[in-house]
Amino acid sequence: MQYLLNFLAAIGRSVLGLCRGAGAIALFAVEGVSHLVRPPFYPRLIGRAFVEIAYFSLPVVSLTAVFTGMVLALQSYSGFSRFGAESAVANVVVLSITRELGPVLAGLMVAGRIGASFAAEIGTMRVTDQIDALTTLSTNPMKYLVAPRLLAGALAMPLLVVVADILGVMGGWLIGTAKLGFGSASYLNSTLNFLEPMDVISGLVKAAVFGFLVALMGSYHGYNSKGGAQGVGAATTAAVVSSSILILALDYVLTEMFFSR
Amino acid sequence: MSSTLPPASAGTPKIRLRGLKKTFGTKKVLDGVDLDVQAGQGMVILGGSGSGKSVTIKSILGLIQPDAGTIEIDGRDVLSMNRREREALNDRIGMLFQNAALFDSLPVWENVCFKLLAQKRITRAKARDKAGEILNQVGLDGSVGDLSPSELSGGMQKRVGLARAIATQPDIIFFDEPTTGLDPIMGAVIDGLIVDCVKKLGATAVSITHDMASARRIGDTAAMIHKGRIVWTGPAATLGDTGNAMVDQFARGEREGPISMELRK
Ligand SMILES: Nc1ncnc2c1ncn2[C@@H]1O[C@H](COP(=O)(O)OP(=O)(O)OP(=O)(O)O)[C@@H](O)[C@H]1O
Ligand SMILES: [Mg+2]
Repeated sequence: MQYLLNFLAAIGRSVLGLCRGAGAIALFAVEGVSHLVRPPFYPRLIGRAFVEIAYFSLPVVSLTAVFTGMVLALQSYSGFSRFGAESAVANVVVLSITRELGPVLAGLMVAGRIGASFAAEIGTMRVTDQIDALTTLSTNPMKYLVAPRLLAGALAMPLLVVVADILGVMGGWLIGTAKLGFGSASYLNSTLNFLEPMDVISGLVKAAVFGFLVALMGSYHGYNSKGGAQGVGAATTAAVVSSSILILALDYVLTEMFFSR
Repeated sequence: MSSTLPPASAGTPKIRLRGLKKTFGTKKVLDGVDLDVQAGQGMVILGGSGSGKSVTIKSILGLIQPDAGTIEIDGRDVLSMNRREREALNDRIGMLFQNAALFDSLPVWENVCFKLLAQKRITRAKARDKAGEILNQVGLDGSVGDLSPSELSGGMQKRVGLARAIATQPDIIFFDEPTTGLDPIMGAVIDGLIVDCVKKLGATAVSITHDMASARRIGDTAAMIHKGRIVWTGPAATLGDTGNAMVDQFARGEREGPISMELRK
């Protein structure tokens, strides 16, 4: 009986903790976004965060996309050939990439790069009093540090995913033509024939959400880090882990919203 | 920025703390701090390491929320202010942090002119030269402005932090250990600068220091904090010979006395 009560209490505590955390993050997000509509604005900082996310993530996102496209082509060919449906390879590649793998894989890559770097940078500023210094220098730290990153995250990720979509399809095309014996034109034809605008748009919406989420998690954990270098390390880990999990969970929710009719 | 220098004893104090309390976890840091700082005066806060000097200053700045007590600036309760009022108040306050807290993503000149730029009192084009002027005041060459804070020595960072704190010629300035990490001559130069801020600009300065020579130079009044309370206030000139055993022991840096008894427990 006692064990059961302890067990239930432990569950209750962690659920409460989770709710508290979710509430704190939601409030943080609302405050951050509210600063985007009230001056002063910091275009320079938005630009810097945008370049950091979009431009410097291009290599890793591109490589991920190309290889994913190649693997998809190979896998679906070997799978579909069992029931003579090889011709569907191009469609499978483009649909999987645009709807699912483009945004999710790019999101996970960016979570590792940007979530970590935001958390580390803001966390270091927290533990070295730089965030307090901002307040004493007539600057709201949420507006200066967090809001530009949130906006840049939501804007930069769709751009990255457009690139990932194109490169992913090219990866599939490469394997399709070089190894699987498809004609170049016919592969591209069947890629485009069945593609609907919604496939791409849904992927880009996902990308915007994931980009916002990664920036939010990085900023939140950095902003609330404490306890020196160790605290910043913990904040960095928490940012990457939480944004990765949230990307996968929200991916399901968003897919459900877009395609369950 | 006030240009007139009100008499030290006139009316409401610039800063008034009453019963300020702050506990971190189970550690009671402030246990009812009472302090008055008169306008246009230099106040020096003394106290052992970890006695809560920085916490006191950060509470006045609104960076730490005290658990109990009141903080009044110019007779107005700052803890009940809304965000806009608080920000307007902070516009008139300068702060040098103990570890300088320079923005390492910005060059030195942007650090120095950060508040002027934030308040749109200067254009970016002019800020570079303005920063050079202020850097000269704290004994640094104008060319330092183009460096990044991480390229500076600790003492140079401190002086850049000082330059940043006084750049807007604020009404109230807090200095958290302004001369720690500086050589004695530079320490005296910085002390002179702080005195100038008080005398020429009519600013009110609250400084934390462990250096008694410096305390006598920059302070009109001194206060000693011990075990979360202000245990003594008096003229800074008398430090070392105040008649208060605790303060005298601290000022002379003696091992034996009422304070070392506390530490041994
Ligand atoms: N944010 C915080 N969280 C937890 N404890 C804190 C925090 N800030 C300060 N403390 C604790 O409060 C106490 C007083 O700290 P404070 O920085 O005010 O000391 P100080 O008087 O400035 O000392 P020093 O002369 O060494 O700078 C310390 O024991 C410190 O551990
Ligand atoms: Mg201190």
